[in-house]
Amino acid sequence: MKFGVVVFPGSNCDHDAFYAISEVLHQPVEFIWHQSEDLANSDVIILPGGFAHGDYLRTGAIARFSPVMKPVEKFAKSGGLVLGICNGFQILLEAGLLPGAMMRNVGLRYICRHVYIRVEDTATPFTHAAKKGQILKIPIAHNEGNYTCDPETLAQLRKNDQIVFRYTTADGSDDAAGNPNGSMDNIAGICNRERNVAGMMPHPERAVESALDSADGLVIFRSLVETFMTSAKATA
Amino acid sequence: MATASAEIKVTAEIAAEHGLSAPEYARVQEILGRDPNITELGIFSVMWSEHCSYKSSKVHLKRLPVRGKLVVQGPGENAGVVDIGDGLVAAFKIESHNHPSFVEPFQGATTGVGGILRDIFTMGARPIAILDSLRFGPITPEKSAPSVAAETIAKNRRILDGVIRGVASYGNSFGVPTIGGEVCFEPCYSQNPLVNALALGIAKKEDLFFAKARGTGNPVIYVGAKTGRDGIHGASLLASAEFTEESQQKRPNVQVGDPFIEKLLLEACLEAMATGAVVAIQDMGAAGLTCSTTEMASRGGTGIEIDLGRVPQRETGMTPYEIMLSESQERMLLVAEKGREPEVLQVFKKWGLDAVVVGEVADGGLLRVKDHGQVVAEIPAHPLAEEGPVYRRPITPPAPRAETSADWFAFAPANKNLTDNFKRLLASPAIASKGWITEQYDTMVRTNTLAVPGAGDAAVVRIKGTKRALALATDGNGRWCQLNPRLGAMHAVAEAARNVACSGARPIAATNCLNFGSPEKPAVMWQFSEIIDGLAEACTALETPITGGNVSFYNETLGASIYPTPVIGILGVIEDAANVLKSGFRNSGDIIILLDGLKEPAPVTVNTADALTADLAREFSSSEYSKSVAGIVAGQPPAIDLAAEKRLQQCLLALASSQSLQSAHDLSDGGLAVTLAESCFAAPKLGAQMTLQHNAPAESFLFGERGARAVISIAPTKLDGILHLAREHGVAATEIGNVTSDGIFSIQYNGSAIIEESVEALREIWSHSLERALKQ
Repeated sequence: MKFGVVVFPGSNCDHDAFYAISEVLHQPVEFIWHQSEDLANSDVIILPGGFAHGDYLRTGAIARFSPVMKPVEKFAKSGGLVLGICNGFQILLEAGLLPGAMMRNVGLRYICRHVYIRVEDTATPFTHAAKKGQILKIPIAHNEGNYTCDPETLAQLRKNDQIVFRYTTADGSDDAAGNPNGSMDNIAGICNRERNVAGMMPHPERAVESALDSADGLVIFRSLVETFMTSAKATA
Repeated sequence: MATASAEIKVTAEIAAEHGLSAPEYARVQEILGRDPNITELGIFSVMWSEHCSYKSSKVHLKRLPVRGKLVVQGPGENAGVVDIGDGLVAAFKIESHNHPSFVEPFQGATTGVGGILRDIFTMGARPIAILDSLRFGPITPEKSAPSVAAETIAKNRRILDGVIRGVASYGNSFGVPTIGGEVCFEPCYSQNPLVNALALGIAKKEDLFFAKARGTGNPVIYVGAKTGRDGIHGASLLASAEFTEESQQKRPNVQVGDPFIEKLLLEACLEAMATGAVVAIQDMGAAGLTCSTTEMASRGGTGIEIDLGRVPQRETGMTPYEIMLSESQERMLLVAEKGREPEVLQVFKKWGLDAVVVGEVADGGLLRVKDHGQVVAEIPAHPLAEEGPVYRRPITPPAPRAETSADWFAFAPANKNLTDNFKRLLASPAIASKGWITEQYDTMVRTNTLAVPGAGDAAVVRIKGTKRALALATDGNGRWCQLNPRLGAMHAVAEAARNVACSGARPIAATNCLNFGSPEKPAVMWQFSEIIDGLAEACTALETPITGGNVSFYNETLGASIYPTPVIGILGVIEDAANVLKSGFRNSGDIIILLDGLKEPAPVTVNTADALTADLAREFSSSEYSKSVAGIVAGQPPAIDLAAEKRLQQCLLALASSQSLQSAHDLSDGGLAVTLAESCFAAPKLGAQMTLQHNAPAESFLFGERGARAVISIAPTKLDGILHLAREHGVAATEIGNVTSDGIFSIQYNGSAIIEESVEALREIWSHSLERALKQ
């Protein structure tokens, strides 16, 4: 199974995702430059965190026009696995591969700290190895993570179990106390209806070793590997 | 300030407007053998400004220890470099951006961070951490300074907010974790905040780059952002003169930062360096193109010839004077191997950056600047860089302050309940948690951060691919330096080193940022000289040579100087990252031990008890407790014993490598009680119960700030071994209490309960005071 990590100018969590995949998960991984027209035969595409193109406009608004987004869109539409983390999530929203938009955090400040998120649904390739309701301790680091969408979209997200992660307190309550940025319905991550494209604001690649205070993010990468292995076996 | 075309005839008056004195101007004429034109005058004025030439500090800086067996590069390059083992080196340096941050807090802070990052990657090192040492005027009414006006406090809050946002914005976008530093408050910083930024990078030893131009005919390449009219005379005039009421008009002199371009520049420079086609490289910081061309030529013993017509420009109609003096950010100058320039240019093209051959290395040692082929400046590079004015400015110690025992802190009676005072201390901005600030920094990007701010005494980052980690701490107590410059400076070194040792690292080298008032005042120069001597003594004793840094003079507004404020950054190495120590207690039932590097003082007899109390009161009057609770700032900093500091640090290292500690936290601001409380705050749901015995007054023992001490916690089974190890190191180890599961923080002193409160209540005060103060 091969991961591809897209590098936009201004990406800064690309190396962290690469390291988590190659050194902790021991899976093949390759960087893909944003001007690339192909995805280097990757089985999963990661859009990493950072400030693609500086993000001086709306976050992700320029990155969605990077040449690499054409093959990424094609890959996603044909069922390929795509995970957008933080800035990557913002780019997926701008690209229309996921519904909704980001506003600035309530309080209008950048926030970097460990938060707790609850796995709301395990019937996705991203959470397959987790337990439903499992609480993960994973850091956030963003200025614009206040997810919003119109009421119809929210209803759809709920109805189709597209809300993959919600912010909670350490003991699992999804009230305002557990919500670090004002995100609608405490949404921390969603997937598309087909469940092959997901975006999340927390950084699982920053929570893959106990030395970094949490290894809870591993379950997301492991889910992807397991899903792929299972489907590969099925195809064989 | 004239920034017009070359037709302006230079006179002594125009030279004076450029900050050049009559003798300095005469020296310019002597070096050139003629009158300079306006462009040349501009070049001399920035190169010979205080900021770039160190003309007032040079004679004193020579007294600092700069050599050591691990030092690869001492002062004089873009950053200091030390050997950290495994074939790796660390490049690190701290620099000030005080004046711009007062005039325009956000941009001043961003460009401070940007500048120091460029200094690091110019050396070929990838930045891995940023620390910021910040000082502001009071953000709440202070008992010790009742005269600070409400509007000043409001302004201080705005400056703080702008600086914090600036630091955050640059580091977060650039993608290097901002993991430490300090935030301090004193009235003297109201009109002159201090923003000192430290960056750390690592490289393979053989991959280091230096800023020495060589190879006649080698192309000189300009890379990065375009040149604009921003920041002209930013460093030379803004940072080399004191503030007056007109200083807000200097806003156009402040540069504007673009972390995105800098991120591209970083990746492109490292990639270009890896091609092997780069000979030398220097960033364009203070004095921009002037400084980078002159210094590269001077260091390499060559000349450099450039044509300004080829310099990428953001606006039209810029004069040679403006182009040479612009301090536009995110630019670099490099020298490539002749014939291999396409390899270099290709890399920058990939990253979407301008990269243009603007000239070449030349024989003859001249800096020759052309504009579309016509020579507009021609100056011998070496005299320009190295033969600037050097002053041995007058030094006069200030008259000793008339101090009486009435100025000193009067200790409360022995049985007084001190819980309320303790809470006030925890709420003071100096002691309160800085979490509200550090949460705005990305502290985790690059996934190397083993100790986020507040988790340990020093910031700790691991080095992937090795077992090693690096620890970094900054420290500086301006109040103590004001009361006794030499002693204050020694404490700054000792505390930074102690912090590093408390994280399990061996301190190996230092960097310093020296913030002072006007060097033209003999009293300020006396402070400077004393502080240099204090730094030299402490850095020698603790074996942490100084590898670089900077001097910032003229930190004064309307004639009032800041406290002399040396900020020391100390780097330490942890051979095995598994031995990293943090400050939080871990397990209920663990034993709490006070380590003291000072040999036990002589027992107090009845006759000397009063004298002891008087000495303690004098020392205690300079403490944070005295300032926040009693409103007294007087006396002397605590006496220091560098041998005791060294013993304590070596003991901590031995304990860390034996992996027998659960936590370690040094004693500093707020003394023992604050240290103990902070170790509780970092441990959810735990408490601590202490039983203390001493003959000093309770306040002195609980809140005194004498150095060479640390609090550790250990599993009970480890006790004998630890006491033995401490004894071997000549360090006193006293059992003072236990970690408990009841969530209560209690201290018994000489048999009476003097502090008792739930950890949650104390944590609530400590965690939120800063945010509350800022939101008032």
